[in-house]
Amino acid sequence: MTPDAANKNSYRAPARGLWGWINQRLPVDTFWRSQLSEYYAPKNFNIWYFFGSLALLVLVLQLVTGIFLTMFYKVGAATSFDSVEFIMREVRYGWLIRYMHSAGASAFFIVVYLHMYRALLYGSYKAPRELLWLFGMIIYLALMAEAFLGYVLPWGNMSFWAATVIINLFGTIPGIGPGLVEWIRGDYGIADATLNRFFSLHVVAVPLVLLLLVALHLIALHEVGSNNPDGVEIEDKKDARGRPLDGIPFHPYYTVKDIVGVCVFLVLLAIVVFFIPTFGDLFLEKANFEPANPLSTPDPISPSWYFTPYYAILRAVPDQRIGALLMLIAVVSFFFLPWLDRSPVKSMRYRGWISRTFLGLFTISFLGLMYLGLQPAQEPYVTMARIFAVPYFAYFWLMPFYSRIDSVKPVPERVTFHG
Amino acid sequence: MAKLAAFVLTLLALPLGLSAAEPAAGEPEGAAPVHWEDWHAGNNVADIESLQRGARNFMNYCIGCHSLKYMRYQRMGDDLDIPTADLNADLVAPGSTNLDYILTSMPAADAANWFGKTPPDLSLIARSRSPDYIYRFLKTFYADPSRPTRSDNLAYPSTAMPAVLSDLEGVKAAVLGPTKAFDHFQTLSPGNLSAEQFDGFVRDTVNFLDYVGDPAQVERRSIGLWVVLFLLLLSAFAWALKKEYWKDVH
Repeated sequence: MTPDAANKNSYRAPARGLWGWINQRLPVDTFWRSQLSEYYAPKNFNIWYFFGSLALLVLVLQLVTGIFLTMFYKVGAATSFDSVEFIMREVRYGWLIRYMHSAGASAFFIVVYLHMYRALLYGSYKAPRELLWLFGMIIYLALMAEAFLGYVLPWGNMSFWAATVIINLFGTIPGIGPGLVEWIRGDYGIADATLNRFFSLHVVAVPLVLLLLVALHLIALHEVGSNNPDGVEIEDKKDARGRPLDGIPFHPYYTVKDIVGVCVFLVLLAIVVFFIPTFGDLFLEKANFEPANPLSTPDPISPSWYFTPYYAILRAVPDQRIGALLMLIAVVSFFFLPWLDRSPVKSMRYRGWISRTFLGLFTISFLGLMYLGLQPAQEPYVTMARIFAVPYFAYFWLMPFYSRIDSVKPVPERVTFHG
Repeated sequence: MAKLAAFVLTLLALPLGLSAAEPAAGEPEGAAPVHWEDWHAGNNVADIESLQRGARNFMNYCIGCHSLKYMRYQRMGDDLDIPTADLNADLVAPGSTNLDYILTSMPAADAANWFGKTPPDLSLIARSRSPDYIYRFLKTFYADPSRPTRSDNLAYPSTAMPAVLSDLEGVKAAVLGPTKAFDHFQTLSPGNLSAEQFDGFVRDTVNFLDYVGDPAQVERRSIGLWVVLFLLLLSAFAWALKKEYWKDVH
């Protein structure tokens, strides 16, 4: 059952040759073994477990395409829009790099949302994985900042107006709001100064933070080990050599499995990049093919699809300050999940109908709000957003009650392979 | 100017197979309502001949006021299989070379003075609007003596653009229905092209603007097919490799 490669006792780091010379000075082999070839992961991962490695892939994809875009992009209110068209038309395969980057941004949120949803399904945020979850959530916040900043850079009309709306949200903070907005913009309106600092943040500051957070996320993951669809801790049952009975070495088992996920993901990404790069106005909006124009407001102004659940909540409240606060709570609620969830079991597989119903309603409300945020700010959409916001918040803030009273099924001793 | 343009068009059209224009017959009274909002351009950017005709139309009718400031003549020539000699002889505007961007010679300040606003650059019009929108716009001009341009448009009401294609399409009036909403068009005077020919003219022009909006799109799709096929094959191999490795996991 367990492979020979995992036999720790027979292994000695090479002492001779170049490889030995390096290993005496840098723990390459030790690291490889402790983190990959002898790092044990549960053997019952299902399709939901592809999205972590895919998120890492998209991060690399965005960094590499971003580096090439930066070689040709010219930041500035007078040059940004033209330089993006220059990339699209006169740079060899510039269109490919740009579409990969723009589709990659949406792909990032798709895989991250699925990655997060997996945690909701199987209780992966519960002890001992609270810090892992918190690092993940900070990554999500940094990713939202990164996406917003990058969205402004082409300096299209939707870039300009999205920046206007989003930055004005800081103005709802009592007391310091208006001054803070001016400080962020560096001008009295969204202008060249704003664009320049957003470029700096998008290509330097936030990517550095993202890389650091991803490192922390992975270190925390490898410290506590992966959860699995059964929510069973594989460390509890070990063989004579101390290897988890339900674990398999990450390499080669999950490296070869993740390669399948990567290939399928790349097929889907290639279909978008080569055939439907605008994805019906969702990945690249029509209004952003017009240069930024402070005198002409796109109708309707809507943020990118990955922000629209929160945007729908913001618009559902007549008072802007309360709306902004509710939007903030909608995002931040995720952070508290490890402490809101009082269920004795992790996985939805062994939870009762109440938890399942709340998760189901949350799923519908999140997708519903996503749709509503893309619609004009008028009836019936506003009222519908108010209705959909109720199960969204109820999922989080009623969880301490319903997760405690909900019935649970017995959790098996060992992992299972049913669907 | 318009007559000259029509003459040039006719000359250019002969080798491309456009026959001499038949005047369009006036629609009878009580014609069926026209649902122009549902019209689709139905253009095909892979149709090189249509793009060539569209480029010709643009150089004859549009460039007087509109630029394609992100598009070079030579790129257009290369993409549309137009030999450089023909490009220089027939399409490059006087004062420009084949390596220049496609720019109108109308000064922006004068244009703003004459029309109330500078005619927009059309490089990205098919992307910021849509090919269908341009098609509807170009086909729904109607006579309106109350307007400075003596015409108005259904797709873009109160447009500053005059009905520059009326010598081809003819002049038509908008007939209102019982609810004072637009019902159908009535031909006031026929143009040089039949309804079908004018439709083709507009479709070719829209097709050209669609191409200009994203000039790599035909190449993109043909490369994409191979990329997707390769990745599918790679997926199959990756799946086989995974199965082989996972044989001993129970």
